[in-house]
Amino acid sequence: MKAADFDYFNATSVTEVCRMLSQHGAGARIIAGGQSLVPMMAMRLTKPAALIDINNVAELRGIEHSDRYLEIRAATRQCDIEVSSTVRTHCPILLKALHFVGHSQTRNRGTLGGSMVHADPSAELPLVSVLLDAEVMVTDGSTTDTIPATEFFLAPMVTALMPEQCVVAVRFPLWHGRAGSGFHEVSPRVGDFAIASAAAQIELDDAGRCIRAAIAVGGTSATPLRIAPIEAALISKPLSDDAISAAATLAAETIDPDNDLHASAEYRRRVACILVERALTDAHREAAGGTGTAR
Amino acid sequence: MSHHEITLRVNGTSRTAVVPARMTLVDFLRDELRLTGTHVGCEHGICGACTVQFDGKPIRSCLMFAVQAQGHDITTVEGLSGAEGALSALQEAFCENHALQCGYCTPGMLVAAQALLDACPDPSDDAIRDALSANICRCTGYVQIIEAVRLAATRLRARSGTDKEVGGG
Repeated sequence: MKAADFDYFNATSVTEVCRMLSQHGAGARIIAGGQSLVPMMAMRLTKPAALIDINNVAELRGIEHSDRYLEIRAATRQCDIEVSSTVRTHCPILLKALHFVGHSQTRNRGTLGGSMVHADPSAELPLVSVLLDAEVMVTDGSTTDTIPATEFFLAPMVTALMPEQCVVAVRFPLWHGRAGSGFHEVSPRVGDFAIASAAAQIELDDAGRCIRAAIAVGGTSATPLRIAPIEAALISKPLSDDAISAAATLAAETIDPDNDLHASAEYRRRVACILVERALTDAHREAAGGTGTAR
Repeated sequence: MSHHEITLRVNGTSRTAVVPARMTLVDFLRDELRLTGTHVGCEHGICGACTVQFDGKPIRSCLMFAVQAQGHDITTVEGLSGAEGALSALQEAFCENHALQCGYCTPGMLVAAQALLDACPDPSDDAIRDALSANICRCTGYVQIIEAVRLAATRLRARSGTDKEVGGG
């Protein structure tokens, strides 16, 4: 249960990180919080030849917002996102999701970018990024690219990130209207990997009709998944409890859950629909409350 | 394998050493500094026995490498007690409430609970449960641990004079 040998490099700038990545090739891994990478190294599931530490890269930390999006730099710690008034004001679903991310001890080290590149299919922050059509900003040191979150996650633990690229930030689009959000999850114990999770964000017009809906489910497919049939079913309708219940059942047809040690595929399918219903109910209640806290 | 010279503060004392990159912080504390109060449990971030405070915040010392602690401030369970090993209010409360049996998880519980009390002198039971939810105990069933933290919080508040109703401590 000890990591294999590796060479350690303490980077101080993104330029340096990218130079090291190109020098060391596919054998190099970036370490930020290390809350997923270090266990994998301890269990010898991965044996990087070189670790590039980005904990001292100041330009990879911070939270900013514009009219259009909330930008969180990649190595920003989850504990710092949790207490950010900017996040609370502009993208509160991130806080609802963070409640389910590990424990306070792991959130004190874990980062947003680390969760994104680890790409666990049950992870909460990747789920929110897919829900909100976030953009993942990546660079190889010379060219900065933007990858839509919906195209970033390719398979369990596999992303579209190239070996020489480093995630710089994630941009979450802001919703300005009468919006609300919800996040629900079932796991064996608090802080464990989700058996299934559901996130929803909706916007209502003045008459209370749904004019925008985003629903996504995690833990039940190879990657976090948007549930387009539900989104389509809700648009232009007033969201009664019955309408929400009926729409939530559509999740069962979109997701593709597996059997594993923790739950059967059948259970995952059933619980995913219920979690979607709860997330939508919360989102509707919050939006109808009128404060538009999901902007 | 690379080796690195590191300087960090551990329980208020500056320590310098040369460490291999792959050495975890908990192995450094135990095997190099001989601070064996911090326990090694699962070694992959599940059990919480290795919890230390890193710049005042509880973290798992099996999930970071010693080289990453360069320039930082670490508090281990040895750092919680007073002069001559006098027990802290929290440690005394653990003894009185039978908040430990085998004692393996206790250093992690103490360090995590102390971080909570430092940040929040009057925590709710939910806050105590949340702060300790990352620490596994296979003996006590947790009830006495939560009671001990609550007792220590009450006594510490009384000592600092913010809670006039409660004596002792």
